[in-house]
Amino acid sequence: MYFWQLVVSGLSIGSLYALVSLGIVLLYRTSRVLNFAHGDMSMITTMVAYSLLTAAGFAFGPAAVLTLAVAFAAGAAFYFLVLRPVKEATLLGQIITTAGFSLVLSGLAVVVWSADTKVLPFPLSRAVVYNIAGLAVNQVALGSFLVAVVSVLGLYLLVQRTRFGLAMRAVSQNDVAARVLGIPVRRVFAVTWGVSATLGAIAGMLLAPVTLVSPSMMFDPFLKGFAGAVLGGLDSLPGAIVGSLVIGVVENLFGGYVSTSLRTTVAFVMIIAVLLVRPEGLFGHKFMRRV
Amino acid sequence: MQLIQKYEEEMALVRGWAGWIGVLLLAAGLLAAPWVLKGYQLYIANIIGIKIIVAIGLNLLVGYTGQISLGHVGFVAIGAYAATHFVTAFERSAAFQWVGGPFWVALLVGGAAAAVFGVLVGLPALRLEGPYLSIVTLGFGLAVQQILINWPAVSGGRIGMFVPTPKIGPWWLDSDRGLYFLVWTCVVLGSLVAFNLTRSHVGRAFVALRDSDIAAEVTGVNLRYYKTLAFAVSTFYAGLGGALEAYVVQYLEPTMFNLYESIYYLAMVVVGGLGTIPGSMFGATLLSFLQFGLSGAQEYLPVLYGAVVILVMTVEPLGLYGRWLKIKLWSKTWPL
Repeated sequence: MYFWQLVVSGLSIGSLYALVSLGIVLLYRTSRVLNFAHGDMSMITTMVAYSLLTAAGFAFGPAAVLTLAVAFAAGAAFYFLVLRPVKEATLLGQIITTAGFSLVLSGLAVVVWSADTKVLPFPLSRAVVYNIAGLAVNQVALGSFLVAVVSVLGLYLLVQRTRFGLAMRAVSQNDVAARVLGIPVRRVFAVTWGVSATLGAIAGMLLAPVTLVSPSMMFDPFLKGFAGAVLGGLDSLPGAIVGSLVIGVVENLFGGYVSTSLRTTVAFVMIIAVLLVRPEGLFGHKFMRRV
Repeated sequence: MQLIQKYEEEMALVRGWAGWIGVLLLAAGLLAAPWVLKGYQLYIANIIGIKIIVAIGLNLLVGYTGQISLGHVGFVAIGAYAATHFVTAFERSAAFQWVGGPFWVALLVGGAAAAVFGVLVGLPALRLEGPYLSIVTLGFGLAVQQILINWPAVSGGRIGMFVPTPKIGPWWLDSDRGLYFLVWTCVVLGSLVAFNLTRSHVGRAFVALRDSDIAAEVTGVNLRYYKTLAFAVSTFYAGLGGALEAYVVQYLEPTMFNLYESIYYLAMVVVGGLGTIPGSMFGATLLSFLQFGLSGAQEYLPVLYGAVVILVMTVEPLGLYGRWLKIKLWSKTWPL
């Protein structure tokens, strides 16, 4: 029973990692950019949500919607302001640029909102515990799992069932050919950045009751999401979900049975082991190159 | 304009009378510095020297060989702790007295310890590339820090670890001036080795690997050997830097070696210019100055630091050294 309890709480935190890693994978697939500022972008939007809820006095629903809109706009703006100029840069250049942006954002958060931890007024409570098939699940875990599932379904519909999703997939396959066929590639990129930031914002707000709100709140979840994305294969959306859930469950099992202090190390050791067997991740495409 | 006629001239480290004057000025400046600078300024000069060593090593890996390392600070930490444990163990024993004490040996021990782990991390690098390699190195850096935090026998637990005052031969290096000579001797030696490495067949193999590993392998470059060698050399520099950092700071604790430090090192290499040794020196110096110059406004440091990095990447992707080369070329061909 203890085992299944750990698995269920691992799935609940893993679903939040999945939201983070979907944002990373969506971007990587479409624009081949590894966004190291993803965690800080969602941290900033959570800070915005905090300000809307406390200083501006919004109710939770409108505040959440407004936050998601802000996140979408900020993501798209980041693409146009910062990433367009360095589009020709190498992978390393892009990593450095986004890491620089992450420094700017986390620095700004300290300057504007101060470094101390804050509590986001959240409508669900961790003290309310439901009993599902003999397993104890608290309200926050259940709620965040459901929201994560709904967001993933929404993303699936967007990518697979709409004309815009078709354009996104086309751009991810070959952006030059997509441009030749008349797809507005820049707009697709900008919207992809927006959607990615929105996913990050959802993850940030759902993580707020667990990690509390502070400039470093997304550090660990971002690394886990990134790790999950790599585990599943960086260009596969289902892979990101599976990889993140696996990481959530494994680190929770390790924390429950062995020790909580080396959880991150175990997650990364597992990734290295998987990558040694399958260098492209669990669901990724095999590397092929023209010589 | 000077006409190059022989291969030796093309490959020479110092070119022409202008080059020699530059080298002499630099040497004079470095020798005069410990008497011109005072106290805290000398400490900053020492830190800059350490950053230069680590940045040069990282550049050999990232800029020359094209392998991404996002966890380089893990190797710095290994070097620092290995050296510190080595000197604490042998400080009082007679084992190393005949070579002038264990302290300079510990620099090599720190470098070698880091290089062993560098080879281990380099092994998966033979199969992985790009973002996948970056996550392995990132994970390594995080794992080193987390293991140090949770292993008090090595890291000294919450109290941290104090480093004994270094003594080489008859000299106690108990002042920043004494340490300055140790650190900057290592900087000069390290950059000479790096310069010579990059203009030898080893450096050409590294660059060939970076530009196209398949083509390099077809032409007969041993991929496995040179990739592993690049990791070993680069992490040796990191370990050496770590050992020196232990001497200069005289105190170690695991949080000194966090992920942001790795990103700072990477930023130094990229801002200075990938694949150029002088670029790493520029980058390390500039970004360290930024760090110390802003110590009054600590909370604005990350913002400005990040902004500088983004600015350099958008305006000059080749880094400061690329800009310098352009200026030099322009001045050489000036009236045209």
